[in-house]
Amino acid sequence: MNDDFPRPGAVSVPVLRLGDVLLVTLQGDLYDGMAARLQQDIAQAIVDSRVAGVVIDISGVEIVDSFLGRVLAEIAAHARLLAARTVVAGMRPAVALTLVELGLTLPGLRTALSTEAALELLGRADAARPGGPHRDAR
Amino acid sequence: MSAAAAGVEARLPIRSDLDLVRVRQHVRQASATLGFGLVEQTKLVTAASELARNTLVYGGGGEVEATMVGDGRRAGLRLTFSDRGPGIPDLERALSDGYTSGVGLGLGLGGARRLVHEFAIDSTPGVGTTVTVTSWTARAPRPRGGF
Ligand SMILES: Nc1ncnc2c1ncn2[C@@H]1O[C@H](COP(=O)(O)OP(=O)(O)OP(=O)(O)O)[C@@H](O)[C@H]1O
Ligand SMILES: [Mg+2]
Repeated sequence: MNDDFPRPGAVSVPVLRLGDVLLVTLQGDLYDGMAARLQQDIAQAIVDSRVAGVVIDISGVEIVDSFLGRVLAEIAAHARLLAARTVVAGMRPAVALTLVELGLTLPGLRTALSTEAALELLGRADAARPGGPHRDAR
Repeated sequence: MSAAAAGVEARLPIRSDLDLVRVRQHVRQASATLGFGLVEQTKLVTAASELARNTLVYGGGGEVEATMVGDGRRAGLRLTFSDRGPGIPDLERALSDGYTSGVGLGLGLGGARRLVHEFAIDSTPGVGTTVTVTSWTARAPRPRGGF
């Protein structure tokens, strides 16, 4: 069995600031404690840097269960209170199909096909690749 | 693989959130090895994550047993989650979407049932809870070594 998954303290989630948007990239399999800490870190980062938007890139995430789904929804709800908008970007098709069957509809959570599309959705067209195809954001 | 082929392939503890990661990784690997498609793998791993978390949070910890099964045409993966926790007094209510006795969304049990092919739950108040799920590959299993 593969034994090299993240252990407490060994890995942190990169939170990057792009102008007035926070870009958070989730990768691999987060254990619950790490997801909960991420939620606090993002709330703090929104307060500290007064960003207007949060993009959470989950293209590297293999499964979203009800726990991680709830964490994502709570991040978005908290960001909204702090006047920031949240977009979840790059959800894998297999994950999206599974969420529907699980019954997790994530109301209030905007999604986009890619980080670029998410940035456009947040009105940061300048940050998207120039001349790139305009992709639909759901 | 013979028609009756079945063997306990792993027994994993469920005592911490790191154990949940191990369970997900194990189910991912086992289902990939058996030839499950990507969507079916994702569904089974997600169901396992829900059931393992219930075992941890409500059952006070327990274990999961993973068994490779075959019905002569297809291979399957059977997962049995068991705990000696308080049990579930009202199974029907627990299985309905939106019911939670904690802080969850109440989707885990009902959602897991939808994500697998077979679902059975046995719970006795004061004794514990056992949930058994099985999913099957679409095609006949390819012969492989190692199991
Ligand atoms: N192993 C168990 N032992 C005791 N009670 C359980 C067990 N599993 C589930 N339950 C009970 O069934 C209820 C419904 O479980 P379910 O997984 O559907 O929702 P949840 O865990 O409360 O929320 P979610 O899974 O959406 O985060 C739980 O709130 C709990 O009361
Ligand atoms: Mg649950």
